[in-house]
Amino acid sequence: MGIEGMVNPPVIDFPREASCFDIAGLSLAYGDTPALEGLTLRVPRHRVTAFIGPSGCGKSTLLRALNRLHDLDETVTQRGTIRFEGQDIHAPEVAVDELRRQVGMVFQMPNPFPMSIYDNVAFGLRLQGGLTRRQRDDVVEWALGAAALWDEVKDRLGDSAWSLSGGQQQRLVIARTLAVKPSVLLLDEPASALDPISTLKIEDLIRSLKGQLTLVLVTHNMQQAARVSDYTAFLQQGRLVEYAPTDTLFTNPRLAHTENYITGRIA
Amino acid sequence: MTLAERIRRSRPVNEGAGAWLAAGSVALSLLMLGGLLLLIAVRGLGHFWPASVALVELEDGRQLAGQAVRELPLPDGQGRERLYFTGNRDLDGGVWAWLPVEEIAAQRHPADLVVLERQRWGDFIGRLVAVEPRETEDAPGQSDPEGAWMQLQARLAELETLREARETLERETIRPLARRLEDDPDNVEARQALEAATARVTRQTAAMEETTLVLESVAGDRFRQPLDAVLAASRPNAMSTGEKLGAWTQGVWRFLSEGPRAANSAGGVWPAIFGTVLMVMLMSLLVTPFGVLAAFYLNEVAHQGRLTRLVRIAVRNLAGVPSIVYGVFGLGVFVYGIGGTLDDWFFGDSLPSPTFGTGGLLWASLTLALLTLPVVIVATEEGLARIPDHQREGALALGATRLEMLTRVVLPMAVPAMLTGVILAVARAAGEVAPLMLVGVAKLAPQIPVDGDFPFLHLDRKFMHLGYHVYDTAFHGDDVQAAMPLVFATALLLVLVILVLNLTAIFLRHHVGSRHAMTAP
Ligand SMILES: Nc1ncnc2c1ncn2[C@@H]1O[C@H](COP(=O)(O)OP(=O)(O)OP(=O)(O)O)[C@@H](O)[C@H]1O
Ligand SMILES: [Mg+2]
Repeated sequence: MGIEGMVNPPVIDFPREASCFDIAGLSLAYGDTPALEGLTLRVPRHRVTAFIGPSGCGKSTLLRALNRLHDLDETVTQRGTIRFEGQDIHAPEVAVDELRRQVGMVFQMPNPFPMSIYDNVAFGLRLQGGLTRRQRDDVVEWALGAAALWDEVKDRLGDSAWSLSGGQQQRLVIARTLAVKPSVLLLDEPASALDPISTLKIEDLIRSLKGQLTLVLVTHNMQQAARVSDYTAFLQQGRLVEYAPTDTLFTNPRLAHTENYITGRIA
Repeated sequence: MTLAERIRRSRPVNEGAGAWLAAGSVALSLLMLGGLLLLIAVRGLGHFWPASVALVELEDGRQLAGQAVRELPLPDGQGRERLYFTGNRDLDGGVWAWLPVEEIAAQRHPADLVVLERQRWGDFIGRLVAVEPRETEDAPGQSDPEGAWMQLQARLAELETLREARETLERETIRPLARRLEDDPDNVEARQALEAATARVTRQTAAMEETTLVLESVAGDRFRQPLDAVLAASRPNAMSTGEKLGAWTQGVWRFLSEGPRAANSAGGVWPAIFGTVLMVMLMSLLVTPFGVLAAFYLNEVAHQGRLTRLVRIAVRNLAGVPSIVYGVFGLGVFVYGIGGTLDDWFFGDSLPSPTFGTGGLLWASLTLALLTLPVVIVATEEGLARIPDHQREGALALGATRLEMLTRVVLPMAVPAMLTGVILAVARAAGEVAPLMLVGVAKLAPQIPVDGDFPFLHLDRKFMHLGYHVYDTAFHGDDVQAAMPLVFATALLLVLVILVLNLTAIFLRHHVGSRHAMTAP
């Protein structure tokens, strides 16, 4: 399928808002396989930005670049800069663990640790230390409440996290991430493994968080992107194709290409 | 033939044959295993059952008392002959008698035949005539076997108490005093106390030697036997099944709880049990941290390049090196190399007699730890590889450093695999004998390596081992025939000890593993 969008510069209707992430000329390859090519975009602060695009286009790769999870993989090579609140995240003075605490991430598959529900949420808090037991209890309760899970688990905090349902596990992971008070939440298809009701709960959660946090959401679900996000970026084969306020992108895409994808004419 | 037809035709036939073959081989393996265990259990445990003593009258009028062991056809095919255990090595020079079955005129089981277990000369089988003070010279009067038997039992009980008292005195008073005198030879008070205690022991020993038994073999030889050399007495023919069961239990218990006698051909195996278990536990303590750290390094830290792959292959191959090679390595490096150096540096006073420069508990444990290291590394690495990457990423994404991620998420998840490795290591180490013969196992080490003397655990001491004990009992005694049941009993015990060690590790793993449902999300 010929893709004219690839050769043309991306169409960007960039928000006139303070930016949280400032990505410039980001290229990334796994070994010899390029995954991202010359990506330039800004993620506005305290808004929900959705990344959409066909499978394998590099959405997860981009998300993982934002909190330097690629550092672990020796085969990954990366060019370009990513600024987080004006700071280059690859600068030597940046402490990567602190960056990752600030830029929380929820993965495609729920990944609670094999510990109790309480210990999962307290995990990040214990790493930081400095909290009394009471304070920690309070934060755990707050985080579980914020993730809309408190009522379901308040009587079984000592149970294994792996005894929860998939949807509950995903909300637990969100609570665990919220507990360390990040300023950004990266969500990689958080609802892909969930039933409609759990999905709705997570969407409500995203909406309720966006005043205080910058959220980046990867999703395959166009309705979901339309329902919860403020801005949407359409990626294809490692390149940014179109980036605009969600309303504009979904109702009035500039490129036929984007329109085809949104309306389901391209897989 | 269409594909569908082919499937329909071939399926049941193949499956049936395959299933039968598989089930058959499982059954065969189980049968062989069961047979093996049954054999050693029967031959080992049967030994402690008080076999009845037959009084055999031969055609030519000779009389003989003994326990029937087995029967074989005569070499010329004319009838059969039977083997009796007759004891009385001091009288007859041997303890076995083969008798042609045809020549046996009569066989009875009189209740008054006694079997005495003695410190020297092995078992006595015959009649008890009297129990007397040592120095009475007059010939025993009217014989009263019943009365003498009662008296013997009472005296044996007294003797037991006396023995215990003497041992306690030696352990708790005499040995500490002697040590104190060694450090401080001018301590008058200690010297006096020691002399008093020694005198008490002498008195007690004299009291024990006071009584003698007058014994008579069925052939009519009469002699005196000092009571203090008698360990146990029984009249198997007079015992009910319940009493025999009691005696059996006692026999098994003594086998488990006492030290060996008569160059390992009699007595118990307690020091060997203790040595085996202690050595295996020390080995586990040594191998676990090294193995786990190595596995973590290989799987989590090292750059996954060609060198790491090479190291991994090498480690896997180390598991196949014959164990005697590890023994040679242990002898060369640990005993002569490190041990010799330690002696030069710290134990110069006692040279030329070596302290660490000879085989001992520590070197044996280290050698076996080395031997089992690959097993632990491989098992732990497999466990680490099974931990999904998203667990590691989850921890990192919460701001954990690499070290925190490894210790708080990866390590707990790897515990079951680590314990599996330790279980395999224990199973391998507990049965290993060959390398131990080079680095510290002893034929006889009456002092177990743990006692009340500082530093309580004596890593430099030699120790006994069940596996080596089996070998030694089977081949190095002067009467292999008599020692055979002990060989089987010891072998059975070795199997049981390994089983218990393994079950402990399995229990541990289950306990650790079941805190959270370990079904990966
Ligand atoms: N660890 C890896 N090693 C090599 N190639 C990878 C790796 N991870 C991803 N890729 C490749 O990089 C490209 C982008 O992958 P990425 O996971 O970012 O896609 P995605 O947009 O998230 O897809 P999906 O919607 O299916 O999750 C794909 O072609 C993929 O095959
Ligand atoms: Mg993805």
